Amino acid sequence: MTSLHTQSEASVQHRQGLPRALMQRQWFAPLGALLLIILCMGVVSPDFLSIRVVDGHLYGSLIDVVHRGSSAALVAVGMAIVIGTRGIDLSVGSVIAISGAVMAVLISETELPPWLIILAAVGSGVLCGLWNGVLVAYLEIQPIISTLILMVAGRGIAQMITGGQIVTFHGEFFEAIGSGYLLGIPWRVLIAAAVILALWLTMRKTALGLFIEAVGGNARASRLAGIDSRGITLLAYVISGVCSAVAGIIIAADIRGADANNAGLWLELDAILAVVLGGAALMGGRFYLGATVIGVLIIQSLTTGILLSGLPSQYTLVVKAGVVLLVLLMQAPEFRRSMAAVLRRRQHED
Amino acid sequence: MKINERFYPILATVAVLALLYGYGIYEHRAFSDTYVLGNLLTDNAFLIITAVGMTFVILSGGIDLSVGSMIAFVGVLIAELVTGFGFHPLAAVAVALVIGTAFGAFMGVIVAKFDIQPFIVTLAGMFFLRGICFVINLDSVPIDHPFVGAVGDFKLPLPGRGWLSASALLMLATVVVGILIAHYTRFGRNVYAIGGDRHSAQLLGIPVEHTLIRVYALSGFFSALAGVVFAFYTASAYPLAATGVELDAIAAVVIGGTLLTGGMGFIAGTFFGGMIMGVIQILIAFDGSLNSWWTKIMIGVLLFGFIVLQRVITRSFSGVRAEVQSA
Repeated sequence: MTSLHTQSEASVQHRQGLPRALMQRQWFAPLGALLLIILCMGVVSPDFLSIRVVDGHLYGSLIDVVHRGSSAALVAVGMAIVIGTRGIDLSVGSVIAISGAVMAVLISETELPPWLIILAAVGSGVLCGLWNGVLVAYLEIQPIISTLILMVAGRGIAQMITGGQIVTFHGEFFEAIGSGYLLGIPWRVLIAAAVILALWLTMRKTALGLFIEAVGGNARASRLAGIDSRGITLLAYVISGVCSAVAGIIIAADIRGADANNAGLWLELDAILAVVLGGAALMGGRFYLGATVIGVLIIQSLTTGILLSGLPSQYTLVVKAGVVLLVLLMQAPEFRRSMAAVLRRRQHED
Repeated sequence: MKINERFYPILATVAVLALLYGYGIYEHRAFSDTYVLGNLLTDNAFLIITAVGMTFVILSGGIDLSVGSMIAFVGVLIAELVTGFGFHPLAAVAVALVIGTAFGAFMGVIVAKFDIQPFIVTLAGMFFLRGICFVINLDSVPIDHPFVGAVGDFKLPLPGRGWLSASALLMLATVVVGILIAHYTRFGRNVYAIGGDRHSAQLLGIPVEHTLIRVYALSGFFSALAGVVFAFYTASAYPLAATGVELDAIAAVVIGGTLLTGGMGFIAGTFFGGMIMGVIQILIAFDGSLNSWWTKIMIGVLLFGFIVLQRVITRSFSGVRAEVQSA
């Protein structure tokens, strides 16, 4: 017994000996998981790791992961901020459809300059965010339900805008957004990175991020402390709306058309999954933008990796579900306690 | 006579249904035929059966997002068992119902024992079941069996030109069973108590964990049953079937007047809520000039209306409480 005791104490000390500051960083565990997945994929199919330069563009599976992940990353970062206020935004997929529809219709039916069209598409995201935010912050309706309304009605609105058709368009400017490159890096990755960086700076270099976490931690206490908790909540949903609108622009530019039924379908689930993988609690009060982006990359690597490994793509959903469940259980204090109890019993039996 | 505030939402639901139906009869003469009613009951049978299970989950204060995938999964499973393994459809149905209930109970265990939010657990369940559908079968396959055909041909004539199909009858039976469970069993009362205030329920000695597990098992069973109805109704199985049904079911429950925070609502309201959604679809189909997206927008508007109504009622409730406290 005593020897066991000292052993476990020694292991605790050993763990403390590791660079703790590094271990405790929020991005450490997700980053470790991402590297592990990439490594596994590399072993299964070595092609996964190769990056080549073709026609002056970077090319390879890893680049593909970043390329495809860029729109999901935008949505997930907006979602992370909403989840930070103890909310959830189920309408992101519909907002993507709406902004794509606005953009496609304006391009094909008017002669407006591109920047104005983009502004209009982003503006539609702002409106959607305002709608959600007013319902949540001022009418005090639960976030799942408030955003459910737009999730259901939003695709109808998008279909109304496009007249029920898949509107296709041409235009150098927009084709560049969807599939162009700058210095070998895809434009969409640059756009997503710029938006996310701007958000990160606003959240972490001003007090805004702190306010959001305060509201998510305890809305009433934050109000008593003098924070305009309703305004902050409203802002979070507007940010999420804008992020989804930009993702919608990228997705529409990619397929050169607006598909009101399928644009951004299931993306809300991927986005929530990414935020959870990034270690944020769904109960609000904290959010991590960097870790969320890593979460998106994990999901995208899994998707791409499963495709490359020769497994039928239909296993992707099953694997994703398994990963979510595992992460959720690891996060649950109750599960940790019961697992610890089981482990202790094992040690005793040994 | 003063009507209990508890009944306001369901009265509003019945009024909206009567209004929509009345408008239909006024605008289109064919609407008054029982033919329309029979179709309405048949076409929305799987949705209402799902929504009955969802009502229990929402009454308990949770949510179940896996029901749409469950419907598709049950269809694909039955098709595989009948055409691939030569099961009799009834045996396949039994297997599907058992698996559906077990899967619901499994999600319930995770929700209740480990205190993880129901919406994310059932989201994972939704992914999982949809993925299993794809693994079993990627294509749309017919369920070809004389028994399935016979069930599909069954018609109980109504006065007028209409009839009740087997799915409509099963749905009506489900609604009755749901009402009995909710109002005349200990389990039903426990669900209301937990949804009203979980901590108080626990302190009163109500087996909270056990009840929650049974709630999710019940929802699993009802959505599997809806899957059976859907499979017999379409006589085919498609892994992408019934996407978004979870949202339609939640909408039916909310429009039916059940409080989303749990603890208040009626199974009968859910039936009327589902019927409202069906009537909207038929009205839009009758009126040739409106497009199908109006269905989504109309349902969104109704959802909004009922949610605001709920807010007003819960506020007046808490207002009463505050007055009592101050007095």
